[in-house]
Amino acid sequence: MIGFGVLSGMAVTLRNFIGSYFEKDRLTTVQYPEERETLPENYRNFPFLVYDTDDAEAGLRCVACKICEKECPPQCIYIVKSEDKKPDYMAKPQFYPRIFDIDISVCMSCQICVEVCPFEAIKMDKVFELSRRQRFDALLMGKDELAKSNTYYHQIHPLEAAEVDANLAAAAAKKKPAVESKATPSANT
Amino acid sequence: MSATSFYELEQAPPPMTSRIEGELLEVSLGPQHPSTHGVFRMNAALDGEIVVKLKPVFGYLHRNHEKIGENASYLGSMPYTDRLDYFCSMTNNWAYALSVEKLAGLEVPERAEYLRVILAELTRLQNHASLLGFLLSDMGAWGTPLMYAFREREKILDLFESLSGSRMMCDYMRFGGCRVDPSPEWLQRAKKIVEAFPKFLDEFEKLLIKNEILIARTQGVGRLSAELAINAGITGPMLRACGVNYDLRKVDGYGFYPRFKFRVPLGDHGDTYDRLMMRALEMRESLGILKQAFEQIPAGPVMNPKVKIRAFKPPAGEAYGRIEGPKGELGFYLISDGSANPYRYRVRPPSFINLTILEDLCLGHTVADVMVILGSVDIVMGEVDR
Ligand code: SF4
Ligand code: SF4
Repeated sequence: MIGFGVLSGMAVTLRNFIGSYFEKDRLTTVQYPEERETLPENYRNFPFLVYDTDDAEAGLRCVACKICEKECPPQCIYIVKSEDKKPDYMAKPQFYPRIFDIDISVCMSCQICVEVCPFEAIKMDKVFELSRRQRFDALLMGKDELAKSNTYYHQIHPLEAAEVDANLAAAAAKKKPAVESKATPSANT
Repeated sequence: MSATSFYELEQAPPPMTSRIEGELLEVSLGPQHPSTHGVFRMNAALDGEIVVKLKPVFGYLHRNHEKIGENASYLGSMPYTDRLDYFCSMTNNWAYALSVEKLAGLEVPERAEYLRVILAELTRLQNHASLLGFLLSDMGAWGTPLMYAFREREKILDLFESLSGSRMMCDYMRFGGCRVDPSPEWLQRAKKIVEAFPKFLDEFEKLLIKNEILIARTQGVGRLSAELAINAGITGPMLRACGVNYDLRKVDGYGFYPRFKFRVPLGDHGDTYDRLMMRALEMRESLGILKQAFEQIPAGPVMNPKVKIRAFKPPAGEAYGRIEGPKGELGFYLISDGSANPYRYRVRPPSFINLTILEDLCLGHTVADVMVILGSVDIVMGEVDR
């Protein structure tokens, strides 16, 4: 019968319309920004640098090896290595980045820097509300903006951070069995 | 004699408007047009309302993808492939990973192969669902079917997000496996979504597939003959809508597809209606594949531990890896000279090649049909222009 297809289509629309008042899976939208969905554990946005202890300057895990700078596909990381060495959180003298900039406006959130970093020093953040009023260098983040504590890392990626801490602790225990009690950052976080 | 200025060239009438019949009208559809699926332009010459000539113009979104690929490391190209066909980043990843694996002769663990099948079929589901939505909104069913399709697509994108970290730019696969191992909860959730999907398909079919207006707009419109399709290198659902049984999942049997039982839906007339139904039927088959994959997926590693993804240098040689993407044959052709970046990196984009016959499909139809035909070709400009 001509018109029957149209009518049965309209019945579906009506069912969806009324159903949206009663069924959760017919109305899936949330009213952002008042309502927010929790982001999944693996969610990634832009990279940040992890530091241990409370000191963002001294506790930085990054040793300025520049691997991430080399591997970053759009080349948005810029690192200047220090001339001197500083004791890191394991009291081992290491180089540190004098300048560590990431141009967030160029970064494409690909996570390759995180994958290639051998020191677990750079991780992905979950902050996505980053709009700025200036056009040029407002999204060029320096070391001070990028550095975030390991506690914060645990908050945003609990499972992943626990695994990383366990790996670091195991590596430290293998290297210097004498000071392993001091060298496990995971024990108190 | 002075050279013709650019301005003069602009002023000169394009050859298309030469008034042979005296009444031809040139209409430029796009690049800013809601139905062109991106920045795509069609220069149509109309005789009344009938299209007598149509010239596709593209390149507005050209990003030098292939040249970037030649200057990036093998690992560094992976996130760029997400940005080709941004609806189907998982299948793009797979095609690229497959060609690098062929180039270097890498093995992929069993679990990773199953995961790839699962993710590729989920991608096919969401691509076809949103294509149907877009196609129907091109036909005037503005919004409603598209929103229903997007509601389902969003569930699958949420799955991708909780697995890979991003809804659309997944960057999930690596040569030699996959990046993260999904948790059992993730697999459960995916299974649940797949089990609920037929309900959406039934509803969607009831909503519009039998609709008289839709049938009048699509049946017999944009007919593509099997010979032309084969000669022009058309692949994917568009080719199968003409009745040519060619599905790389069967022909090549890449990945673990030979282990799955599924049928390849075939069309008969090659018109827009067949192309539309092809998508609906393929989704049903994908659901079958997914169900089998969830039953069979083994435990184990997802990454071949021997593969060094950083500073990866395959031996010199060349390889072509291709898969049956949701839009057609997606292939990556790589030539390696033994260094850390490919000497040549070439993409065979299905939407671009499927678009080449647009004029043949549109001739003799009205302007309003052009939009419907274009919608049924299923293009994404990121892939067409690269
Ligand atoms: S973040 Fe990691 S890879 Fe990058 S310079 Fe620091 S230690 Fe090296
Ligand atoms: S996420 Fe990707 S683009 Fe962004 S800084 Fe890291 S490597 Fe570079």
